[in-house]
Amino acid sequence: MSATKLTIASTAILAAAATGAIAQSRDNVQIAGSSTVLPYASIVAEAFGENFDYPTPVVESGGSSAGLKRFCEGVGENTIDIANASRAIRAGEVETCAANGVEEIIEVRIGYDGIVFASQIDGPAFNAFEPADWFQALAAELPQDGAMVANPNTQWSDVNGDLPAVDIAAFIPGTKHGTREVFEEKVLLQGCEDTGAMQAMMDMGMDEDATEAACMAVRTDGASVDIDGDYTETLARISSNPEGVGVFGLAFYENNTDTLKVATMSGVEPTVDTISTGEYPVSRPLFFYIKKAHIGVIPGLKEYASFFVSNEVAGNGGPLADYGLVPDPELAETQAKIENETTMGTGS
Amino acid sequence: MTDATQIPSSGAARPAGKSIITTDDRTKKRNAAEKRFRMYGIAAILAGIACLVVLLGSILMNGASAFQQTFIQVPVYLNPEAVDPNGNRDPEEMGSATTFTYKPIVVDAMAALVEERGIETEIDPGDMDALFSAAAVAQVRDRVLANPELVGETVTFNILASSRVDGYLKERVSRDSVARDSNIDAGHLDIVDELRAEGDVVKRFNWDFIFGADASESRPEQAGMGVAMLGSFFMMLVVLGLSLPIGVAASIYLEEFAPQNRLTDIIEVNISNLAAVPSIVFGILGLAVFIQFMEFPQSAPLVGGLVLTLMTLPTIIISTRAALKSVPPSIRDAALGVGASKMQSVFHHVLPLAMPGILTGTIIGLAQALGETAPLLLIGMVGYIATNYPDGVASGFLDPNSAMPAQIYEWAKRADPAYYERAWGGIIILLVFLFAMNAIAILLRRKFERRW
Repeated sequence: MSATKLTIASTAILAAAATGAIAQSRDNVQIAGSSTVLPYASIVAEAFGENFDYPTPVVESGGSSAGLKRFCEGVGENTIDIANASRAIRAGEVETCAANGVEEIIEVRIGYDGIVFASQIDGPAFNAFEPADWFQALAAELPQDGAMVANPNTQWSDVNGDLPAVDIAAFIPGTKHGTREVFEEKVLLQGCEDTGAMQAMMDMGMDEDATEAACMAVRTDGASVDIDGDYTETLARISSNPEGVGVFGLAFYENNTDTLKVATMSGVEPTVDTISTGEYPVSRPLFFYIKKAHIGVIPGLKEYASFFVSNEVAGNGGPLADYGLVPDPELAETQAKIENETTMGTGS
Repeated sequence: MTDATQIPSSGAARPAGKSIITTDDRTKKRNAAEKRFRMYGIAAILAGIACLVVLLGSILMNGASAFQQTFIQVPVYLNPEAVDPNGNRDPEEMGSATTFTYKPIVVDAMAALVEERGIETEIDPGDMDALFSAAAVAQVRDRVLANPELVGETVTFNILASSRVDGYLKERVSRDSVARDSNIDAGHLDIVDELRAEGDVVKRFNWDFIFGADASESRPEQAGMGVAMLGSFFMMLVVLGLSLPIGVAASIYLEEFAPQNRLTDIIEVNISNLAAVPSIVFGILGLAVFIQFMEFPQSAPLVGGLVLTLMTLPTIIISTRAALKSVPPSIRDAALGVGASKMQSVFHHVLPLAMPGILTGTIIGLAQALGETAPLLLIGMVGYIATNYPDGVASGFLDPNSAMPAQIYEWAKRADPAYYERAWGGIIILLVFLFAMNAIAILLRRKFERRW
């Protein structure tokens, strides 16, 4: 029967392919990690494939933590070469890496990403945000007369008279996102300090860790919604809720300016310029990490890294800046770092 | 049904004035209930049809435009100083001129075209890059490297328009929205309008969407489904090649040869249970077994196929067993009666008669596997992956690739609204495949199925 023949033939091909897999060495760079870095990495990978004789690198998403976890699984062709991250690698992750044999890691900072607050284009304008407002609007508990009470604020105008009198409905990144960490640190913690709540909590006898945890605890009564998906999900929530405010990356906002209205933070509107000068307060560096042991083993790995941080790609006016990356003023140092293969913990 | 219309036999005569012909209250009530029940049924079907129409309608409305693409016809002067700095027309040395070198060439060509058509604009000639796709630069470079003799000449290229211009022709981008968009100005749209009147800007069917590779975040206009389609194809080969023989062998043994005991009962229950296991579980299993333990390459269609095989097997076993069961025992008895061995009776008589049912089950199992995304997330098949066409059969199985549903999921996540349209377009392609497969299954069943 021909069907039997077909299946036998295809099983044979499979078996041949499977044995070939062990013998064949990998000739493309494999990258995984932050979904914030993914757009930039895909732009670079595409241009790299066009301009060099190496195959186009493979870029997977999944989040900074997931990417670094896979990065630290060990050395070898079935592990990834580069992890993209929207935050710096943690000490614990470096230890895990070292325990699995990934001892030499090159840290590459590619530039900065602004975190913007935006609402529906037809909704009310939010033009007076301060970190303090976000803390007071989103904190789970606020100190009042020497005791912690549940957050009583229900409208933005309750926390700041200059804000519109609409119900608080914030869509913030979920805890698996690197963006959440920046949001907690640069907005909630900052706001906690600005409002004096931090001092009040200390005065109440809370230790430093407990105070920080209390500052970053977000209310769970529905006024704040964690978005575990991507920015497209936040956008969908904003589109159906004219009074909602969402947290986005600058690049995502710049691609959707026709449906989103950006809010100012501390009176500054987020643009590539205001972020690069540091005027706009909420930004964070973006990184990728290279496994040094793979350089020279995986073809094109070092070339990809140098191409990524070259002036014509990551510099001013390059395709990454066009897409929304804020160029790193210290790009030359990063370039030298890749050239010399300087690993973390050595050199600078 | 009978007792209500019959006269109760235990005494109690029918009420006076009521005949068998006129219906009494109780019968009326029963008839009304039956009528209501039918109405509920019709309402349920109508609701189902309405949902289907809304779904298909929105898919078609959102996705149909992905099959059209805007192109700009522009004569490009290939400046020898820029593209061949060494002046020896050697493609290898000319490769050192990167796409960044080519960008000003295309920008100048665009500005020259605008000037030649006598279009007055306030747009700075240097800002013409908002009109065309970043892919255009690579297109020009590839052509020059392939034909070095073109250097120094003016060659007409059909370059892709940028996603905003494309959106404008498709009415996705309006002049109102452009006012708020920092990527393009209203002035650009005026140029597009005039070039369109001159016939330099045209919208036509986009074969690259069906056959092309994935593109990066900044060029949705270039992205296509072709490579992901091949990824799906190789995965389906693996699924078919493994799950059909294993599934059929397992079901023949269980159905025809295995003794009925506790052990086969347990196996049977477990197969039914496996069929109900969520597909993401198979993804986690695949990651642990195939990639981490057996060290198969990541993102490879081979691994995707193996994972989907695990998922498809129970479906195939269950449908094959049903098909074998439906062959009447008299066929087996007759075969055995004329002296055939048990194996001969199965392979010469039972299996051919059960084949239509087996094939139908297999195709439906494959269609299910074709639309599956969740397990692929875990074995690294989602992301910017489907970029290179495989070089051959082995590379098709082993090189990183995506699959159609994974590609759609990836597009739906991307920031540029043009990718949203692509995602809907991708759904149309996927649905065409699924409908085709289901249609084949139905045809096979209609043509070959025998009823006893």
